[in-house]
Amino acid sequence: MAKRIDVSGLNAYYGNFRAVEDISMTVEPRSVTAFIGPSGCGKSTFLRTLNRMHEVVPGARVEGKVMLDNEDLYGNGIDPVAVRRTVGMVFQRPNPFPTMSIKENVAAGLKLNGVRNKKMVDEAVERSLKGANLWNEVKDRLDRPGAGLSGGQQQRLCIARAIAVEPQVLLMDEPCSALDPISTLAIEDLIGELKEQFTIVIVTHNMQQAARVSDRTAFFNLSAVGQPGRLIEIDATEKIFSNPSVQATEDYISGRFG
Amino acid sequence: MSTITTSPRRSPLNGSLKERRLPRWAPAATIVVAVALAVGLGLGLDITSKLQWGLMAAIFFVVGQYLLARQVEGPRQAKNGLVSSLVWVAFLLALLPLFGLLYYTISKGAGVINGTFLTHSMNLISPNQVGGGLYHALIATLEQVGIATLVAAPLGILTAVYLVEYGTGGPLAKAVSFFVDVMTGVPSIVAGLFILTFWIVILDQQYTGFAGSLALMILMLPVVVRSTEEMLKLVPNELREASLALGVPKWLTILRVVLPTAIGGITTGVMLAIARIIGETAPILMLVFGTDVINTNPFKDPQSSLPLYVYQQYSAGTDASEARAWGGALVLIALVMLLNLVARGIARWKAPKASR
Amino acid sequence: MDTPDTAPPQDVPPSKDDLLVDSPKGPRRGSGTSATVPALAGPQRGRGKVRIGDRLFAGSSRGSGIVLLVVMAAIAVFLTIRSVNAISHDQGNFLTTFEWNTQEGAPLSFGIAVLAFGTVVSAVIAMIIAVPVAIGVALFISHYAPRRMAQALGYVIDLLAAVPSIVYGLWGALFLVPHMLGVNAWLNQYFGWTYIFGQSQPGAQPRSLFSVGVLLAIMILPIITAVSREIFLQVPRMYEEAALALGATRWEVIRTSVLPFARSGIISASMLGLGRALGETMAVATVLSPSLLLSFHLTDPGGSTIAQNIATQFGESQGVGRDALIASGLVLFLITLLVNGGARLIIARRKEYSGANA
Repeated sequence: MAKRIDVSGLNAYYGNFRAVEDISMTVEPRSVTAFIGPSGCGKSTFLRTLNRMHEVVPGARVEGKVMLDNEDLYGNGIDPVAVRRTVGMVFQRPNPFPTMSIKENVAAGLKLNGVRNKKMVDEAVERSLKGANLWNEVKDRLDRPGAGLSGGQQQRLCIARAIAVEPQVLLMDEPCSALDPISTLAIEDLIGELKEQFTIVIVTHNMQQAARVSDRTAFFNLSAVGQPGRLIEIDATEKIFSNPSVQATEDYISGRFG
Repeated sequence: MSTITTSPRRSPLNGSLKERRLPRWAPAATIVVAVALAVGLGLGLDITSKLQWGLMAAIFFVVGQYLLARQVEGPRQAKNGLVSSLVWVAFLLALLPLFGLLYYTISKGAGVINGTFLTHSMNLISPNQVGGGLYHALIATLEQVGIATLVAAPLGILTAVYLVEYGTGGPLAKAVSFFVDVMTGVPSIVAGLFILTFWIVILDQQYTGFAGSLALMILMLPVVVRSTEEMLKLVPNELREASLALGVPKWLTILRVVLPTAIGGITTGVMLAIARIIGETAPILMLVFGTDVINTNPFKDPQSSLPLYVYQQYSAGTDASEARAWGGALVLIALVMLLNLVARGIARWKAPKASR
Repeated sequence: MDTPDTAPPQDVPPSKDDLLVDSPKGPRRGSGTSATVPALAGPQRGRGKVRIGDRLFAGSSRGSGIVLLVVMAAIAVFLTIRSVNAISHDQGNFLTTFEWNTQEGAPLSFGIAVLAFGTVVSAVIAMIIAVPVAIGVALFISHYAPRRMAQALGYVIDLLAAVPSIVYGLWGALFLVPHMLGVNAWLNQYFGWTYIFGQSQPGAQPRSLFSVGVLLAIMILPIITAVSREIFLQVPRMYEEAALALGATRWEVIRTSVLPFARSGIISASMLGLGRALGETMAVATVLSPSLLLSFHLTDPGGSTIAQNIATQFGESQGVGRDALIASGLVLFLITLLVNGGARLIIARRKEYSGANA
């Protein structure tokens, strides 16, 4: 239940400003792909084009193709709502719905998709929370508000909420940047388990994290502030971190800039 | 996870990303059909009111669009579309009377306003005579509102400073805060009644512009206190601490750091409070008494006021006086608009530029 | 992080943002004064010594608080004494008498019943019409309209919320009332069986409580809309994005993340509107042809509200008659207080959800 993503010739704009220029890459199924690069290089923007979340910002638009297996996400007649159901997303700051309990949060996506059967919902909630390594911590307080959990727990709750609708792909936008080291470790372990089932794309500022969790790494850069971001190279993570083929990548990884 | 028991309806797992959608022109077509149906029905049943035609068209559109979407796109999309239609209908429904009001006032009032209207009083002009103006009312309103602001703004700002900077949590602060809340709910006519009995009946004062100002003060105070309080609370504590840590005394910290930081918001709040009281009619009606002649002294003898002028011209009931009432209403709206613009300008001007 | 990498400006409402960030002036002036500080701060370290400036400033701010308190207390005490005086002279029952006879000479007999009925009924009509429409318009501006249009609309709504009530009254009397004639006839024809829309004299001038309610609805609509819109815009984007990322349609985003977050705000916006409607004087006085009749035929001319009754009666009243009006004013005040207090209770109960970063 994981799909391959094929991007070709993708440009993303905010109004007249081109934030991301001419990106082509392939994301392999059942693997973790990490996006790294300096601030403002467009990696988050690019990530958001993969489930059509980019266009919810007023004035934002996308050109190019994003193929999910053999369907173009930006093709004619494609429903962005269906795309977002298929390609789940976890955000930088944990954002459980503040008015909902833990259980309601996990079940939110199912409810939206019309699953009313109580037993099915309960099963899916348990399975998703187990999948997010959160079940043991919250199984006795499923009816408490989700906002009462710690930051790391909240983020795992958001992951549980995302996987409950059984997406093909899971996008993570700096999922650990607001968390402490121990919670970060828990999420990283979880990513390792989730890649058995999902195609995972993660944006991170933390190069050690990219090296730890990902199979492939893409390096983004921009030539100057105000210029669009570009994909410099994408390769196996080991290769990127040991022997990148572009000088700029090596400079960035070895801390010479950025 | 590989055993899928809970596949949602139209599961993305086996379904395609393509959803059956209505073509882009569908809403337009539905509108045309709905309007045609409404017109047909209206003509057929001989319904004269165009309002009913519009209502019928709106209902046909909403229902038709919903049923169509339900057939083609499924219940979720249909519901989404239904809410969109309802929101649009609500918008159009609100637009009608509100823009009607603005349009009507402007079209009726613009013809009246000219140099004479703005610079002359109603002295010696009978209700059914054309001519005259609102100069006396304009002057009086500016004076009354000015006096009210001069008292209420500093008093209100200082009270807010007390609530935020000094009295936090103390019994006095709690009492003041409670009474400010209570005062916000005082209907303007009750404020007028209070000043009437207290100031004019018991203290045996005259009907003057100042008496009106007193009532306006009561109405303005709580608004100023509340808005200033909100603005002061938004000033980050780090700023206060940074200043105090330099050894600056508290009062100077408030005066030089806290108030300047919040001044944009405070001024905006005061301007909006002025806009609020400038149109108050009820207390003015009771306290200022009204006159047709120019009286520039708010402390002696009756004055007029813009809202009162509008009311009196309306009450006179002749064509000429109604026209003057519209003229007065338009001038009043223009004043309020000006105050709003100034408030926005100040808010923008004082807003920190660094965030851009 | 200031370039579009992180995409939309997140979760801080711009209006607050404007004021949150330190103005460049503050610190600069502050440090300017610090030059004089060492001299002052050195010897006076100990407690108990309060600077004159501090004492003056604290005193004056405290003083204005006290002034405000005294004024308020004076109003409350004064209104109460007057009302008690009036009610003790009342020959009828203040709560149930359907008359308002306060002329000198004749026996004093007056009651609040009809006035309170008219006040509440017209305000309730206004709320029933205005609240759903206002929420719809606020949603339209915050979530449906194109951006340019939304900004312009936001400004127009703010302006309309500030238009004085006398203008609404003028428009209501000269434009709305004539146009209500047809509406009333229609309501009478199709909904006359509901009793409330039945007319005892069809074709009578629509200077009725119903017309007043419609006018009040139009008047409070922009107020409720303006406040609700502000609140919808303050819903942190991250919650809306959470719903979007789960594959929610626009309505589902609003239902799951916008409305729950904004509920208490909508309630207080509505209460603000209700308070306006209850206390409105001029818009009622211009439209209504007052009579002290308590009738559930809402489209019949007649009826009376507390505020409008005060405005029309105070000129002819003297002595106890005026006190009677004060008593009615106090009742109006109490009704408004109850409404505000009720709203605050509802909001307080839901407060646990209102913190943005809880």
